[in-house]
Amino acid sequence: MRSWLAQYEMRSASDLGEALDLLSRWPGEWTPFAGGTDLMVLLEAGKLPRRRFVDLWRINELRGIAASADSVRIGALATYTDLLTDPIIAAEFPLVAAAARETGAVAIQNRGTVGGNIANASPAADLPPALLVYGAALELASSRGRRHVAYESFHFGYKRMDLAADELIVGVTLPRERRAQGERGAGWQHRETYRKVGTRRAQAISKICFAASVDLDGGVVRDIRIALGSVAPTVVRARSAEESVRNQPIGSQTIAAARLALRADISPIDDIRSTADYRLRVAGNLLEELLS
Amino acid sequence: MPDAMEVSFVVNAGAVQVTTHPMARLLDVLRTTLHLTGTKEGCGEGECGACGVLLDGRLVNSCLVPIGQVNGSSVTTIEGVASGEQLHAVQQAFIDCGGAQCGICTPGMVLAAAALLDLNPSPSLDQIRIGLAGNLCRCTGYMRIFEAVVTAMRIKPAS
Ligand SMILES: Cc1cc2nc3c(=O)[nH]c(=O)nc-3n(C[C@H](O)[C@H](O)[C@H](O)COP(=O)(O)OP(=O)(O)OC[C@H]3O[C@@H](n4cnc5c(N)ncnc54)[C@H](O)[C@@H]3O)c2cc1C
Ligand code: FES
Ligand code: FES
Repeated sequence: MRSWLAQYEMRSASDLGEALDLLSRWPGEWTPFAGGTDLMVLLEAGKLPRRRFVDLWRINELRGIAASADSVRIGALATYTDLLTDPIIAAEFPLVAAAARETGAVAIQNRGTVGGNIANASPAADLPPALLVYGAALELASSRGRRHVAYESFHFGYKRMDLAADELIVGVTLPRERRAQGERGAGWQHRETYRKVGTRRAQAISKICFAASVDLDGGVVRDIRIALGSVAPTVVRARSAEESVRNQPIGSQTIAAARLALRADISPIDDIRSTADYRLRVAGNLLEELLS
Repeated sequence: MPDAMEVSFVVNAGAVQVTTHPMARLLDVLRTTLHLTGTKEGCGEGECGACGVLLDGRLVNSCLVPIGQVNGSSVTTIEGVASGEQLHAVQQAFIDCGGAQCGICTPGMVLAAAALLDLNPSPSLDQIRIGLAGNLCRCTGYMRIFEAVVTAMRIKPAS
């Protein structure tokens, strides 16, 4: 076995209490370990700075997807495969299903988890834009107690987030608020779009990721939610673009205004995968497609 | 080793026990400790699928699985795909269709294809592409591999 493994330590927690206890006793000393699809890559590359890991894999309380009348709760250890095989996710949260389908390939989907994707905090991650559109809330736990935070305010800088060293993400809650569509008038139209723009279909890191939902009433924008990945230090909700078109009739003027407003929401950069200019243009095109 | 643990699991229907660091890669335990060298290492970072095995029936990249998480589980490697002398339908189809050239990707391809057919006995060509999207091949250009999966699907897996 690799000799350098000796500098690492991993302990398997059998329940949530045990994991939280370890995290709280020496805050910052232990790092959570879920499916390992991010951490094992760093380990092999010799770029894993943390030394001690608490393995969450056996904590059953963190598994599963459960629905109540007004929300769906996704356990932090739910994998992409779990998302793809859940009938309620498929029926009511198609952007989440689309994101899961576009993440990695089968072997990654079988191991990568929702909690790991969120905590890894890559601005290029594919699931977060879908979660933002649905107004997700995170459930965080520590030995001090539990709290809920809106996902939109969770990430506040590159790899910086509202998660204390002794806290775990235990679940993600999606409100089931959009069920009432059938009751709306004849002129009502609901659209949802998920687009991952990459170099190839499988396993590629996004150049840009776009998730949106829009409700139109006789061609006038009512509810609109747009979220993007790979265009800023964190995944972002495009609040200015949304604001610029709300209660406006769709048409070329509104679209032009929305494209302009979008520039305030995102701050793309040049990197190995793409350029700022390309990202800005594609983001605008995707927005235009949504509103056309 | 300061942090060695005893890990018990099943490989290809036989119980094994190894004493190792819990973060050792399943890939290394299979190849080095258990001498099951059919599982290959390509990239070591989850991109190529050469290290594919089934963990409790599901396709995983063994280069990304720490052995500590395998305790109590069941692993199928390429060595365990055939039933005795009887090749798995996917293996036979790879031979018949010329789906293997250098062979480095083949064990992972066969396991990915077997896992796919297990879940979906008659996949469309698009579903085959998606099922094998995590497996890279530098030799065949993929067409013969897809043909092999279609052929295997027609003869129906013996398992
Ligand atoms: C080949 C390959 C392809 C990939 N493709 C994609 C892709 O297309 N899109 C994409 O978005 N990602 C992709 N990924 C990245 C990765 O698979 C995902 O981010 C995955 O969801 C991570 O989950 P995990 O359980 O494996 O995380 P781990 O590696 O176990 O952990 C990741 C981070 O999250 C922390 N963590 C884990 N669980 C918790 C928790 N419950 N509470 C607090 N912190 C926690 C860990 O401490 C660590 O910092 C890919 C990775 C590989 C290797
Ligand atoms: S060696 Fe594991 S995916 Fe390439
Ligand atoms: S046969 Fe050589 S890599 Fe596929």
